[in-house]
Amino acid sequence: MQDRKVLTETQINSELLWFVFNKPTRFWVALTISGLLFLSGVTAFAIMVIFGLGVTGLTTIVPWAFMITNFVFWVGISHAGVMISAILRLTQAEWRRPVTRAAEVLTVFALATAAIFPLIHMGRTWRAYWVFPVDFARGIWPSVRSPLIWDPSAIFTYLTGSALFVYVALIPDLAIARDRTTGFSHKFYSALSLGWRGTPAQWRMQVLAGILLSGLILPVFVSVHSIVSWDFGMSLVPNWHATIFAPYFVIGAVHSGVSGVVTVMAGLRIFMKLENYITQDHFDALGRLLTVVATAWLYFFLLEIVYGFLTLETAETAVRELQILHYPYNIMFALIFINSYLIPVPLWLFKRVRRNIWLMFVTTIMVNVGMWLERFIIIVPGLLYRAPLTFVWGDYTPSVIEVTLVVASFGLVSFGFLLFSKVFPIIPIADQKEGQAIQEDIKIGRITVPAVIRE
Amino acid sequence: MVDKSILGLFKDPDSTADAVDSLRKAGFGNHTFDILSGVPYPEGTFGEHGPGHKLFVFPLIGAICGFSVALLLTLGTQVSFPMVQGGKPLIAIPPMMVIMYEGTMLGAILFTVLGVLFESRLPRPGVGLYDTRITEGFIGLLVSCPEEKIGAAEQALRGAGAEDIKTESASGGGR
Repeated sequence: MQDRKVLTETQINSELLWFVFNKPTRFWVALTISGLLFLSGVTAFAIMVIFGLGVTGLTTIVPWAFMITNFVFWVGISHAGVMISAILRLTQAEWRRPVTRAAEVLTVFALATAAIFPLIHMGRTWRAYWVFPVDFARGIWPSVRSPLIWDPSAIFTYLTGSALFVYVALIPDLAIARDRTTGFSHKFYSALSLGWRGTPAQWRMQVLAGILLSGLILPVFVSVHSIVSWDFGMSLVPNWHATIFAPYFVIGAVHSGVSGVVTVMAGLRIFMKLENYITQDHFDALGRLLTVVATAWLYFFLLEIVYGFLTLETAETAVRELQILHYPYNIMFALIFINSYLIPVPLWLFKRVRRNIWLMFVTTIMVNVGMWLERFIIIVPGLLYRAPLTFVWGDYTPSVIEVTLVVASFGLVSFGFLLFSKVFPIIPIADQKEGQAIQEDIKIGRITVPAVIRE
Repeated sequence: MVDKSILGLFKDPDSTADAVDSLRKAGFGNHTFDILSGVPYPEGTFGEHGPGHKLFVFPLIGAICGFSVALLLTLGTQVSFPMVQGGKPLIAIPPMMVIMYEGTMLGAILFTVLGVLFESRLPRPGVGLYDTRITEGFIGLLVSCPEEKIGAAEQALRGAGAEDIKTESASGGGR
């Protein structure tokens, strides 16, 4: 990290709280657009509730499609947020400071959005509580053998853990906001900061909380996407019934999630003018990480295809044929490879590209377009397989309602993220100050380099 | 007798550490003063003695509680609704382990957060004697002692180069 800027504590406070205490027009415009997108989804859902699942393109042949694709996609996005934050905290990587909170907040909103989709997909959303062992009157209890019961327990754990992770790290910054506000805002930040004063014991607990919670959340992160993959892997549908799915889904989640974090970081830097904090060095580091992650993902992507053909089972090869040779899945298949690997990775090999914010922004969006299609191409062609002697063949075309719900999910995540960054500092202020306090420029030979002084 | 508080504000860690030494020389025990800062300085920066903590016990207790609750839930649901699937035993341990794992981790996370709050002595009503300049870079040295010793504390704080001194009555005990 060579891009070190020396900033005073007052400057850090005012710059990082500027967005919280001011009302820039661009914020309201962005909030309105994302809010309208979200509202369109609420309308689509209301129509679905009134008229039933018949308004979707779902059939008895393809009962899982757009909504479940979107569920898996957002669970994937949610993964890298906490993963990046937790790994960087555990290893005490200096460049973590401006990255952690945005990544964690992305996790929370992406995961909350993901959790909504199975509920919408159920059709009778109001019966969602049936997955929990609470309905004593009916005498029917959820089957713990079903991955559809494992899923809510994993997502509930991850969402609760991630939200608490964000909150605990936020407390010192809430105290900073409390010290700079009056009236209702002061009461609001006072209540949330819980009377924080910054004693050595409190700071010590903050450091330990970061390490402990990171250590606890990392295994949960791996378990959640493994369990999501078992929603498919535990079934007998050709192409879904694969032992490779758990690691394949996890690496896919990391690929799309890290890309999501880069997109958000680039967006924040451009939108909130945070050049002093989110530097080109951060994109350089994340670009290198993405190159490795993308290549690992490619390995699993190819392995899954090879495994499909290796069995020489008619059902498996028929699904591969559908995925690779038949329109429109062949186009999607090509787009997955091109968007998620062929274009971005060779570009990321160049330092100039990794340090170019706009290029990183565009390439990481491309990755996530590819990753969304990847989930779709796993789910739908597997169900479209023409099973012999069943004569219930069909196709799937998404309805306007489904497309609207998918678009609205992007609106919901953006809306939540924007609202959070309006109320709370999106870059950890105390963490940033600590970084300034423990850094020093040292002269080695003819050059001066930034160094970190640590216990 | 009710203790009174006095807060000295310092510009840098060195003068704060000097003030801590002066307070000790003036007979103030470690429990009578606390340091307030807007930045997490390394432990022992001010010559303070870090109090012990039991944070690591919390996730352990939480994990045990979470595991137990998940075990009861998974066992209970299968026993309450005895549905044999695929000729397998009624109590299916492998799928139970998935939920028990999540329960264990959830318990550990929840109790860790509770432990952090407990060991940080949070939440507390109000901030007591405090100054908003602490989150601007100043370091506060808060002394709580009987009223007759306030003078000695103030002298020690001023002697070490306090930029400003606030007492409970002057600030009203608020911000």
